[in-house]
Amino acid sequence: MDDSDGRFSSFPIIETERLTRAFGQTVAVNALSISIHAGEVFGFLGHNGAGKTTTVRLLNGVIAPTAGVARVFGLDPTTHGHRIRARTGVLTETPALDPRLTARDTLRYFAEIYGVPKQERRRRVDDLLAFFELSSRGDHKVGGFSKGMRQRLALARTLIHDPEIIFLDEPTSGLDPVAIRDVHRMIERLKQRGRTIFLCTHNLIEAERLCDRIAVMAQGRLLAVGDIHQLSSRLDRGHRVSVEVDAADLPRAMQLFLQTPPVVHAEAAANRLADRNGGAQLVLYGVSRRDVPRIIEAAMQDGLQLYRVQPEEPSLEDVYFALQEL
Amino acid sequence: MNWEAIWAIARKDVTVALRTRAVALPLALVPLVLMVGVPVLVGLISGMAARLEIAPADVDVLSRPMPPGFDARYAGLNDAQLGYIYFIVYLFAPMYLILPLMASAVVAADSFAGEKERRTLEALVYSPTTDRELLFAKILGAWIPGALVGLIGFALYVLVGNFMTWYVAQRIVLPNLLWILLAFWVGPAAAVLGLGVTVIASSRVNTFQEAYQIGSLIVLPLVLVVVGQAMGAFALSDGLVALFGLVLWGVAGGVFALAASTFRRTSLLARL
Repeated sequence: MDDSDGRFSSFPIIETERLTRAFGQTVAVNALSISIHAGEVFGFLGHNGAGKTTTVRLLNGVIAPTAGVARVFGLDPTTHGHRIRARTGVLTETPALDPRLTARDTLRYFAEIYGVPKQERRRRVDDLLAFFELSSRGDHKVGGFSKGMRQRLALARTLIHDPEIIFLDEPTSGLDPVAIRDVHRMIERLKQRGRTIFLCTHNLIEAERLCDRIAVMAQGRLLAVGDIHQLSSRLDRGHRVSVEVDAADLPRAMQLFLQTPPVVHAEAAANRLADRNGGAQLVLYGVSRRDVPRIIEAAMQDGLQLYRVQPEEPSLEDVYFALQEL
Repeated sequence: MNWEAIWAIARKDVTVALRTRAVALPLALVPLVLMVGVPVLVGLISGMAARLEIAPADVDVLSRPMPPGFDARYAGLNDAQLGYIYFIVYLFAPMYLILPLMASAVVAADSFAGEKERRTLEALVYSPTTDRELLFAKILGAWIPGALVGLIGFALYVLVGNFMTWYVAQRIVLPNLLWILLAFWVGPAAAVLGLGVTVIASSRVNTFQEAYQIGSLIVLPLVLVVVGQAMGAFALSDGLVALFGLVLWGVAGGVFALAASTFRRTSLLARL
C-alpha cells in the first residue's frame, strides 16, 4: 500500500512490510504495511489491544517480529536495534521514573546513556527543565511530583538526546486539560523543528488535531491509513449536509429531501439558534459538498425556503467507528 | 561496548541503592555486626576467661586437627587465648564471605527486581544499549558494592580482630595469607555468585523482597563450612582457601552464564 502523499521528504524514515508479531495464539500485529516520511506527525489510532505498543517495540528493535520486515532509518530493528534507539525517543504509556532521583539527575543520567556530549549536557538539561516548566523543581526528588509533572519530566527525558523520531504512546493519558494543551503545543513545536512523530493514541480529537496522517488499527490489523480527508472519502455514509428551514416546513422538507438523491436518510437535529429564530435544523445523510447545488435546486423547485445550508465532513470519530464496524 | 552508558547505569544503580533504606541498612549493619560485633563480643568473653584461666566450652575445638604451624606459632598461650585466635583467624573466616554475597545480592535485587517492580526498567530497555551492555552495566552496579563491602569488612575485621587478639593474647594475627586470599580472591567470586543467583531469581519474581530473599539463600552453604570446620571435618588452610576460591569462581561463572542467558530485552518487557 503506497500511502505517502508527497508533502514530506521522499525518504521513508519508517517502513514496514507485512510486519507481524504473535504472542502464542494471539496476533498482536498482523501484516502491517506502512510508510512514514521524515517530518510527519503520524497518528496510530486504535483502542487498547489494537497493537500500538507492540508496533513501537518492533520498530525500536526491542522485540523481534514473527514475520515481515521493518526498516527504520533504513536499518533493520532486529539486527540494528541499538543504532536505531540512539536516534529515537520513546515515551511509554506509563512512563515510570525512579522516585529516588531528582528531576535534574534523571535527565543527566539519560543524557549520559544516550551519549549527549559532556559539554552540552548541562545546557540541554537546563533547557528541557525550563521548557517543561520544571526548573524550580529540578533538584527535587521525583517521588514528590504530581502525575502531570512526572509526565512532563518523562517527555523531557524522551527528548534529552534530540531524537529524530519520537514515539509517543498515549502521551496525554490521565493528564488534566492544561497539561494536555502543553503536550499538544510541544508536539506542534517538535513538528515545526522537522521531527518525525509517531503518535499512538485512542484520543480521536488529539489525532485529528495533530496528525498529518492517521493509521486506524484494530486487533493488530491496519484498517485504513491517510489524512482525515482521505479517510473520510472512504466513508460515503459519513458525509452530511445540515439545512435550516422554517419550523412549520419541517415535515415537508423531510419528505422532499428523502426523495432527492443521493440523500439516504434525514433527521431533525436540535439547534438552539435555529429554534430561537423559529427555524428547525435538518441533517441530510449521504450528501457531500458537491451535492449542495442539487439540494438547493430541489428546495427552490418546491418553493421551500432555506436559511442555511452547511456541508459537513465526517469527523475522525465517524470514520473511526465506521471502520471498526467494517 | 558503550562504556559511557555502562558506567552511567552502574553508577546510578549504586547511588540510588545507597539512598534506599531496605538496601543501605543491611549494607551497613551486616559488616558492623559480623566484622565488629562478633569479634568484640567473643573477645571480651575470651579475655575474661584468659585472665581467670578458664577454658570456655568452645575451646574444645582445639582438640580437632589444627591448621599447619598453628601450635608452633602460638606456643605459650593458654587454651582461652588459643581458642580466640583460632576463632578469629580460622573458624569465623567462612562467615566473612556473607558480606560480599549479601551486599551484591541486595543491590542486584534492587537493580533488577526493584527496577521491574517500579517499572523503571522500560526506559532502559528503549536505550541504545545492547542486551549485553545492559546486563554488564547492571552486574557491574551490583558487583562493585559487593566487592567494596567485602574489602571494607576485611579492613574492619583486621583492625578489630587485631585489637581484640591483643586484648586477649597480646598478639597481632591479621592479615595472614588465608585472609588476604579470602578478601581479594574468594570474596570477589562470592560477590559474582550472589548477584548471579539474584539475577536469575529476579527474572522469575516481581518484587525486590522476593528476589533478595531467594538470593540470600546462597549464604546457607557457608554456615555448613563453619559447622564442618567446628566439628573437625576439615581445617582451613591457605591452599584449601585458594582452591575454594577457584571452585567458587567456576560456580560463579556458571551461574553468571545462566543469568546472562535469561537476560533478554524481550523477556524483560513481557514481565513489565
